[in-house]
Amino acid sequence: MGLLSDPNRRRALISLLVRLNTPISVVCYFAGVAWFMGLAFEPFTLRTYMSENAMGSTMVEERFPAGERALASGKEFSAHKKKVGGMPVDWLVKTMQDRGLEVFTQRFSRTLPFPDENKERYMVKGTNVYGILRAPRAPRTEALVLSAPCSPGDQNNQAVGLLLGLAQYFRSQIFWAKDIIFLVNEHDLIGMQAWLEGYHHTNTTGMDWSPLQGRGGSIQAALTLELSTDVITSMDLVLEGLNGQLPNLDLANLFYAFCQKIGILCTIQGKLQRNDWDSVSGYSHSIQTLMMMVMKQASGRPWGDHGLFLRYHIEAATVKGVNSFRQYKTDATTIGRLLEGMYRKLNNLLERLHQSYFFYLLPSLSHFVSIGYYMPAFGLLTVILLLRVSFRIFHLEVSSPGVLSVLTPLVISHLTGAALYALPTRFQEIAVEHFPVSETEAVVLTAIAVYTAGLALPHNTHRLLTGEGTEQGWRVLKLVAVLYLAVLLGCTALINFSLGFILALTLVPAAVLVTPHRPKVLTAFTLVILSPACTLLFSVFFFQELQEMPVTFQEGWLLYLSVISQGILDHFLYGSLVFPLIALLVYPCWLLFWNILFWK
Amino acid sequence: MAAHRRRCSVVLLSIFSLSLINVAHSQETTAPAGQYVSASVDPQTETAEKKAEQPAAEGRWEETEVGNMDLGDAATETPDSLSHENVFSPSVSEPKHDFREELVIRPLHSGDIYASFQFRTLWKTNFRENKVSHYRLFPKSLGQVISKFSVRELHISFTQGYWRTMQWGQPYQPAPPGTELWVWFQDSVTDVDGTWKKLTNVLSGIFCASLNFIDSTNTVQPSASFKPLGVGNATDHRFLRYATLPREIVCTENLTPWKKLLPCGSTAGLAVLLKSEKLFHSSFHSQAVHIRPICHDWECKATSWELRQTVNVVFDRHISAQGKREWSLFKMFSRTLTEACPLASSSKIYVDITDSPQGEQLELSPPTSLLSQAVALGDRRTFSVYDLKQQSTFGMTHSLNLLIRWKSNEGDMLRPLLHAERYVAGYGLHMGEIHTLMYNNHPYRSFPVLLLESVPWYLRLYIHTLTVTSKGKDNKPSYIHYQPSKDRVRPHLLEMLIQLPPISVTEVTVQFERALLKWTEYTPDPNHGFYVGSSVISSLVPSIVAMDTNMTQERPLFSSFFPNKEESTYFTRVYTEPLLVNLPTPDFSMPYNVICLTCTVVAVGYGSLYNLLTRSFQVEEPSPGLAKRIANVIRKMRGVPPL
Repeated sequence: MGLLSDPNRRRALISLLVRLNTPISVVCYFAGVAWFMGLAFEPFTLRTYMSENAMGSTMVEERFPAGERALASGKEFSAHKKKVGGMPVDWLVKTMQDRGLEVFTQRFSRTLPFPDENKERYMVKGTNVYGILRAPRAPRTEALVLSAPCSPGDQNNQAVGLLLGLAQYFRSQIFWAKDIIFLVNEHDLIGMQAWLEGYHHTNTTGMDWSPLQGRGGSIQAALTLELSTDVITSMDLVLEGLNGQLPNLDLANLFYAFCQKIGILCTIQGKLQRNDWDSVSGYSHSIQTLMMMVMKQASGRPWGDHGLFLRYHIEAATVKGVNSFRQYKTDATTIGRLLEGMYRKLNNLLERLHQSYFFYLLPSLSHFVSIGYYMPAFGLLTVILLLRVSFRIFHLEVSSPGVLSVLTPLVISHLTGAALYALPTRFQEIAVEHFPVSETEAVVLTAIAVYTAGLALPHNTHRLLTGEGTEQGWRVLKLVAVLYLAVLLGCTALINFSLGFILALTLVPAAVLVTPHRPKVLTAFTLVILSPACTLLFSVFFFQELQEMPVTFQEGWLLYLSVISQGILDHFLYGSLVFPLIALLVYPCWLLFWNILFWK
Repeated sequence: MAAHRRRCSVVLLSIFSLSLINVAHSQETTAPAGQYVSASVDPQTETAEKKAEQPAAEGRWEETEVGNMDLGDAATETPDSLSHENVFSPSVSEPKHDFREELVIRPLHSGDIYASFQFRTLWKTNFRENKVSHYRLFPKSLGQVISKFSVRELHISFTQGYWRTMQWGQPYQPAPPGTELWVWFQDSVTDVDGTWKKLTNVLSGIFCASLNFIDSTNTVQPSASFKPLGVGNATDHRFLRYATLPREIVCTENLTPWKKLLPCGSTAGLAVLLKSEKLFHSSFHSQAVHIRPICHDWECKATSWELRQTVNVVFDRHISAQGKREWSLFKMFSRTLTEACPLASSSKIYVDITDSPQGEQLELSPPTSLLSQAVALGDRRTFSVYDLKQQSTFGMTHSLNLLIRWKSNEGDMLRPLLHAERYVAGYGLHMGEIHTLMYNNHPYRSFPVLLLESVPWYLRLYIHTLTVTSKGKDNKPSYIHYQPSKDRVRPHLLEMLIQLPPISVTEVTVQFERALLKWTEYTPDPNHGFYVGSSVISSLVPSIVAMDTNMTQERPLFSSFFPNKEESTYFTRVYTEPLLVNLPTPDFSMPYNVICLTCTVVAVGYGSLYNLLTRSFQVEEPSPGLAKRIANVIRKMRGVPPL
């Protein structure tokens, strides 16, 4: 305790920190990275276990018999889908009614801010159909959701078939304590967004939807089913939702437990479990799985229709049937039994899923890394920033430079950020008029143009206002910028660890390195390499590498452009926060460092 | 009152009904703004219509009876009814006790089946004046409750499940999910709250239910929604208490004490069918006890106490009947009937065959010759009647296993004229919005409804955000009674009289803030959420009979120009679903971590700060030499300043 109050010892500590600042920083950086890499090493992780008593000890028997019939209705669905050329609303309504459900429809329409070239849609109009299985003797206070998207083409017909089959089978059971909502949503995420907004009567994204006629109370959990083949080899679990939110770990545990029980191969990130953790290849397998999860989470976009439920505090996951070339095959009846088992256990829930972790990373389905284990990796990176702050504070002379010399770059870089956020969507029409590009390209290219223009703008402007920049000025500015970065990264990591960590990996060295006295060209080049846009570019290549689908630079560049447009769309359609975060906060913060580099 | 009754009897003469199913349930609702028309039919008219119908009966039978019915059958019915008439005749020395039982079976359009039991015990006595000690048919446990707590009226219902108005139509006895209790006390009671507290505890014991959880935080005094159903015109709502427990689960343990109140118990009569393993293998189960004073005779000089015990149950086609549209008593209750309760003066089964009076859609076996018509829930319904008091009903096998089979799946249900739903909008744990939707499906008439919302204090209603909109326009309620909540003392009470335009949805929204409870106030399962009881919508709904434009075909012209008062509206109560709301909940598994963290923060952070603040920093002076110190001591003794 006397450490801080004793001036002598305090002085000694400070001098130590100041003297060893750089080595400590370097050590911290590598320790952070090493810690992160260690997270995938199996002895350092915990085995998953079911925390929720209501789901753990109770026995359920899975008896779903009608897989073949489900596939048949899937075929029927696909025939009607082809005939109508979209969602066969009337057929679905009638089929669900025949199965004894209360059926309702919801119409919605949405004009995208600019055309989505990946999915080729601009003015979206659609209808969601959902049937509610009313639980006997339950007062409509709780519900579970099973959804299957009605995708274009031949996708997901089996999922809808299985959904209808399950509905029929579930309907004849007496043990349901929660209403079960069977939802077939059109236009995947947009339909799901419309349905969820309708269900909760909120409107966060400016979509038009007709109000829902039937509800089942507060939704406790939801599963989305994606199934495009009659026979599957493994089931894949997708957890990453909007803004990097994850469902309660118990939902993943439940899936894993039933896959083990029924004997279905289960994967996460499309990667099977391996037992040889002590071999190099085993470790690299699990670090790849972990990094895939980190990349997906950092992107902040929903990786399945389930992703939008998480905003409403509904635990949700997507279950995907995969047909790869393995020997081991599973039929629709078995998948039906898997879902039946999961729904029966969810039905047994007394409380919302809350016992297990909400913040975790999964190197495999059987092992997890909790927030307590992965946060130190991030902590070690941010410590560097704090060290630099302390270094700056003790080096600062008493005379303070004018507030304006700090405020001006701050304001200008934030204005640039605001322009980056607002201009691309605002000026797409003008851009399309003047350049031979499509709307989507216009948006992306405008974004890149604003971003690049930002590099030229701010580092000269402070002189216009306050004259020559002083030595003191850039020191204060750097202090402010480093503090700003520390707070920004800290907050980001609390909400979305992966995003925070990836940003910290690149921005922390940038923050530490930059001074006006270093060789300009080299530092500028380094700074650009470490800028958020380049981080995104590297992430795109890295992600492709992780998916074992390497791309050439040309393809990668196109992918990069589409990722930018998707990111902007995610923000406007579903309220993803990554684009505004980067544009309004991270990019201006990086501009401050750019500003320091060119301080005169 | 007398004129009113006379008019009733005239109506009943003309409509020919053996029994009123639910007209007695229509109730006087004294609307504050005076819009409501009193449409009460006193229960004793039900007995009166019996004798009144007789002269008309024989002439009418041939018109409405099914094919195989001949006059002889009607004749056999007549003496039986006449004997009833003798029993109920007010002029003859009537018995002090009377017990009737009946079961109404309504086949629903969905293929489900609705069975409604009613057991009525009448007792001519006065609990207030003389001490009653001898009980016959009336259960002693309830009689003592009435006299001890000066109860004027008591209505309690236990319901498991939610009545699906859109699929099933209106129920005969509406009840909200969970438990509902409302009691009118005599105006002689001085400490109503104390008596209410004691009463709920006693009832809790009688019915094996958690009624002892009723306290001031969930009790309200509705000013207009709940009026006495029995005789007497006391409307001072200070003597009314209303409470619901939406979370209460109803099971066998509640059914057993309920059955013990019956004169025959569950050993004979219709109550034999009440087997719990079947009753709870259903989509909806509701049991209730209603006690009220009613007029004993025409002049209403004496009152008698009426105890009505009801069970309403809906069996699901998909779950209980393997999806087939075919029901039998055995399939529903796993029992058949062999006898009526010997103590009962009447024991009947009614089957609603309105949709196929000629048997074109529904097939009943054994077929019955008796038909009956009644206006129930604003609609004129036709019933097949099985009289269990007659041996011939049981046939050769001495057991009655009533079989109902649909011949076709066709036929659409008339949309219920009034239904409602409610939900919580918004997300997050800070704010929310309660939406109550009320649908008026009447093609051309608007009607007023009384909406009662009782919201627990931990949802802090922002009453300034209250909006009522119909068809996109503001709909100003003509009467609002709002009692704000007090934290941990009483709930919010909001009563409104709203006019519902024809074919419209009226939406009532009000925002609320979720309160942060003290940590001991959370339930053992806080993450389940907290319940908000159903809103109650009481209304006089224009009846379907009056809506029928073809009524001139059936009735003489002179009687059909002005809509008849009794038939033009009927009283109904609609309950919305209860709400389950999540409140901000601390992580209760974390106290250890919290303690560790706080201790560390206090020790490190506060400790060093405190240290810095309280310590005074001084420049240390080198200590003087020994000689100087001795010199100073000497100087001090001399009284001169030290060196």
